Amino acid sequence: MPLLEVENLKTSFHTREGVVRAVNDVSFSVDKGETLGIVGESGSGKSVTCYSLMGLIPQPPGRIEGGRALFDGTDLLHCTPRQLRSIRGRRIAMIFQDPMTSLNPYLRVEDQLIEPLLIHDRIDRNLAKEMAVQALKDVGIQDAGNRVRGYPHEFSGGMRQRVMIAMAMITKPDLLIADEPTTALDVTVQAQILELIKREQQENGTAVILISHDLGVVAGFCDRVLVMYAGKVAEMAATKPLFAHPQHPYNRALQRSRPTGDMKGNELYTIPGLPPDLSKEIVGCPFAPRCEFVADACRKDQVRLETVGDDHYSSCLRVHRREIDL
Amino acid sequence: MVRYAVHRLLVAIPTLVVIVTIAFFLIRIAPGGPFDLERPLHPKVMEHLERIYQLDRPLHEQYLSYLRNLLAGDLGPSFYFRDFTVSELILSGLPISVQVGASALLLALGLGGLLGVAAALRQNTRSDYAVMTVATLGVTVPNFVVAPVLTLIIGLQLQLLPVGGWGKPGNYVLPIIALCLPQIAAIARLTRASMIEVLSSNFVRTARAKGLRESVTITRHAIRAAILPVVSYMGPAVANIITGSVVVEQIFSIPGIGRYFVQGSLNRDYTLVMGVTVFYGALIILCNLIADLLYGVLDPKVRYD
Repeated sequence: MPLLEVENLKTSFHTREGVVRAVNDVSFSVDKGETLGIVGESGSGKSVTCYSLMGLIPQPPGRIEGGRALFDGTDLLHCTPRQLRSIRGRRIAMIFQDPMTSLNPYLRVEDQLIEPLLIHDRIDRNLAKEMAVQALKDVGIQDAGNRVRGYPHEFSGGMRQRVMIAMAMITKPDLLIADEPTTALDVTVQAQILELIKREQQENGTAVILISHDLGVVAGFCDRVLVMYAGKVAEMAATKPLFAHPQHPYNRALQRSRPTGDMKGNELYTIPGLPPDLSKEIVGCPFAPRCEFVADACRKDQVRLETVGDDHYSSCLRVHRREIDL
Repeated sequence: MVRYAVHRLLVAIPTLVVIVTIAFFLIRIAPGGPFDLERPLHPKVMEHLERIYQLDRPLHEQYLSYLRNLLAGDLGPSFYFRDFTVSELILSGLPISVQVGASALLLALGLGGLLGVAAALRQNTRSDYAVMTVATLGVTVPNFVVAPVLTLIIGLQLQLLPVGGWGKPGNYVLPIIALCLPQIAAIARLTRASMIEVLSSNFVRTARAKGLRESVTITRHAIRAAILPVVSYMGPAVANIITGSVVVEQIFSIPGIGRYFVQGSLNRDYTLVMGVTVFYGALIILCNLIADLLYGVLDPKVRYD
């Protein structure tokens, strides 16, 4: 049984401009200890998917319209706030994109670090403080005993993300959701942070959902990858086949848009057009207007995620019909 | 922090000199003098009075001598209340003004903060709109309108509370309400705006993701950040309450400093007006300093050294 099983998740935002269907019928699962990557452009629904699971969607304007998210037997979308609180921060932890603003600037790092321990495990404050120092040491912060008494502004961006990771991992969660954890950091620090997440994951057997728009990061880090487009899953497969044998024109186009060494001197491929406006009803495949393989059926028929290989899923109609070979 | 405070107090001296200078010449420009009565005094008496109070000397000499006395802590004798020095008058009014002003300020902070937080938590609902409508009214309607209206309705029509005077507990109520209403409004608006901003900030999202109860998220993480703008508003709030008290004390016949200030101006009691002006100026400077120091205590990013 998978650790987390999301079925037909639908999240929308009711704004003045209309209903924005940010996540539209998304299903996936995560096994114990597994690393799942979710990639897609800005606004493709990767973050909203994970925020929906954590109950972090501001309602209103957001609304979870349907679906289930079974985490170890509990439906995260329909459980009581009390049940959800006992899961989030303890069994599912989250780290965010912007470490500069994700820590409370007015509280000591120590007080923030021990908070999950105090509320979930109800352990003694002094013991929690010792664990906080140890957690900072584990994420590679020098002089942790003193640093733990400092405030977030006394830490650099990379260090703050380490603190965030320490805070997320302090309860040894079963699942860590990392929402673009390295986007705001220098390239050298990015690698260190990813390595740190990997190490923490292996030590605790934690499953990780890594949200990213960096295909390189995902390729090197994840066991399986989910490609999202316009609030829907375009393609899902194990990392290797996903990159080696794309089964959706969008995924193929993304791969071609990556700069590689042998292309020196040639113009970089870009996908024409823009992602669709999600506040309007989309008929047919959302990628159709930008797709070079588009056929008439793509603009009319509803798309569905179907098996196209061993644990390989694609929502492309023409791939289903074996009309195109990517 | 001590060094910073001392530095700020030293910097305040030139500010006070400017205040003294402007006030000194402004009150002298006003027509009339302290000894003008309905029936003019005999010229000989007038001459004598002016010599005693040194009003016969050139203006710049009077100004310099005032500054010299001020340095020695001497605010001079009152021209109108004979046998009283200005310091005595200020000290006699001070406890009363402080009681009214401090109660108004504390009430404004408590109630304004509470209303602001409540409105922010129920953003864009009816209770939010109700609070903000009242707050906008409170900010826009001046207290020289609020005070007579309160007198008229609660004092005269309903006969619930005395319309003026001092000494009984009932005398406190209307002046304090008139004084704090605009401040409640201002602080509620300020708190609401900053609370809304903080509630959507990333670190509050982190707190929620940790599994904290919403009530703990708000009290432990959000409010502390949201009150910082209110702390910086403390200085202006004190200034507003002081100017408000000048009007309110007069309307409700409260024997505080504000009333001396109004009477002093009408009587051309030069030294009394000057004394109260200097006192108010120093008080506002001090309150601004306290607010800034408090800010440093609350925000770890701010360190004074």
